[in-house]
Amino acid sequence: MIVQAIFFYLFACICVASAVMVIASKNPVHSVLFLILAFVNAAGLFVLMGAEFLAMILIVVYVGAVAVLFLFVVMMLDVDFSQLRQGMLQYLPIGVLIGGIFLAELLLLVGAWTIGPGIPQSITAPIPPVASVPNTAAIGQVLYTRYVYFFEAAGMVLLVAMVGAIVLTLQHRVRVRRQDIGAQVARNPRTSIELRRVRPGQGLETNP
Amino acid sequence: MDFFTTYIWPLIVMVAESLLFLVILLIGIAYILLADRKIWAAVQLRRGPNVVGPWGLFQSFADLLKFVLKEPVIPAGANKGIFLLAPLVSCVLALAAWAVIPVNAGWVISNINVGILYIFAISSLSVYGIIMGGWASNSKYPFLAALRSAAQMVSYEVSIGFVIITVLLCAGSLNLSTIVEAQNGPYGLFSWYWLPLLPMFVVFFVSALAETNRPPFDLVEAESELVAGFMVEYGSTPYMMFMLGEYVAIGTMCAMGTILFLGGWLPPVPYPPFTWVPGVIWFVLKALFMFFLFAMAKAIVPRYRYDQLMRLGWKVFLPLSLAMVAIVAAVLQYGGAVAAGK
Repeated sequence: MIVQAIFFYLFACICVASAVMVIASKNPVHSVLFLILAFVNAAGLFVLMGAEFLAMILIVVYVGAVAVLFLFVVMMLDVDFSQLRQGMLQYLPIGVLIGGIFLAELLLLVGAWTIGPGIPQSITAPIPPVASVPNTAAIGQVLYTRYVYFFEAAGMVLLVAMVGAIVLTLQHRVRVRRQDIGAQVARNPRTSIELRRVRPGQGLETNP
Repeated sequence: MDFFTTYIWPLIVMVAESLLFLVILLIGIAYILLADRKIWAAVQLRRGPNVVGPWGLFQSFADLLKFVLKEPVIPAGANKGIFLLAPLVSCVLALAAWAVIPVNAGWVISNINVGILYIFAISSLSVYGIIMGGWASNSKYPFLAALRSAAQMVSYEVSIGFVIITVLLCAGSLNLSTIVEAQNGPYGLFSWYWLPLLPMFVVFFVSALAETNRPPFDLVEAESELVAGFMVEYGSTPYMMFMLGEYVAIGTMCAMGTILFLGGWLPPVPYPPFTWVPGVIWFVLKALFMFFLFAMAKAIVPRYRYDQLMRLGWKVFLPLSLAMVAIVAAVLQYGGAVAAGK
């Protein structure tokens, strides 16, 4: 148990510290790298809780794909962040106010949190104990039976979002020359090379 | 005393196991590097490294000494911390993947339930070494290479993910040892997943080439366009760590192919005398075979153009592997007899 506690505090401390560094560091690329560190430590916390599937998915999806694209964009930004920070004292009171409101709301919510009386009875299919069924299988059994409609709906929403993004950004420019891979692969010496005899002193007409 | 037996002793065993495994792995990598150069040379009718030691066997160790003894140069405009962190990240991540790879029944440092996802996660992280190195160098060729590699590795991860899903559907587990055991059929090497999932094996092999930035997909370090890609500004030990990370990642991909498609430590014919040979030898032989394919691809295939690379990943492999996931799932669901016979 003591080892778990040590690792919990290790991951939690690094996670919070790197989350602070995300907004505190001067260089945006450093911010993204600290964000990645925070993700990885959150995955460590998941592993400590026994949710190894969620931990791995967190790393694969957020660190392996989303954060790469973040970094991709941020690396190409040409923004002088010291300039952006100049009005910081001016905006600080508003920021503190908004943050304070959020914090107060969160505290109110957590303080008033109770589980409704009908909820424990309404769980008809109990989640199998972790010892008998691996984590991944347990999630699958719940996700594809009890919550299958929500799962499918989430998938549809993502699909619609993806199609929408493509429709919005796709534009067929007329004068762009495109690669026709089929034509390139279908080329052979007979269709692409022509042997011509060039007489000395006469040269070759351009259009025979 | 209780504290000692519960915590200290397992810790000592774990560290000792890991160290032993790492030393064997690194020596193996040194010879894989030599084999790569020798195979490449043989295809081009050259001799390859043959001076240091008999048949050049100590060449990799001589290279190691040379790199370590050189002076590391950090460019003045570089972002120093990230510049030095990048090779470390790429090297450590590549080595960390080996923690879950079973080389024989029960011979694994950490037999976790989600082993295959762990390797997938680690290999998706390995892109950061390249991006960080390319950005921190503060120079245009490394930066271009970093952008290329980010797009390339994200693209091919998608198809590798689908390939892994087809194997998972057949094996019914995310544990690497269970995946190997699931391939233990009556027909020996014809029971392994390379035959029933043949298109996926090809997709996996090509995607693995792209994922490890090996030729013909080595656009990250294409010397005809980008000098040496993200490694332009690197020298001495940091450069060596990049190289080491690259070859360890190749080894990981070979081991992964062996586990997913070539039956891991299982003998090719399930009868004596083949079953007398220890499983670890079969595992190493299969991984070396995979590496030989990698090396031959490097030697005989010309480099892809960048748009061809993207087209192959998104327009060919993605639909193909997506369709295969659906087909394999349908066969397993509705054709139980077919699936059981395989």
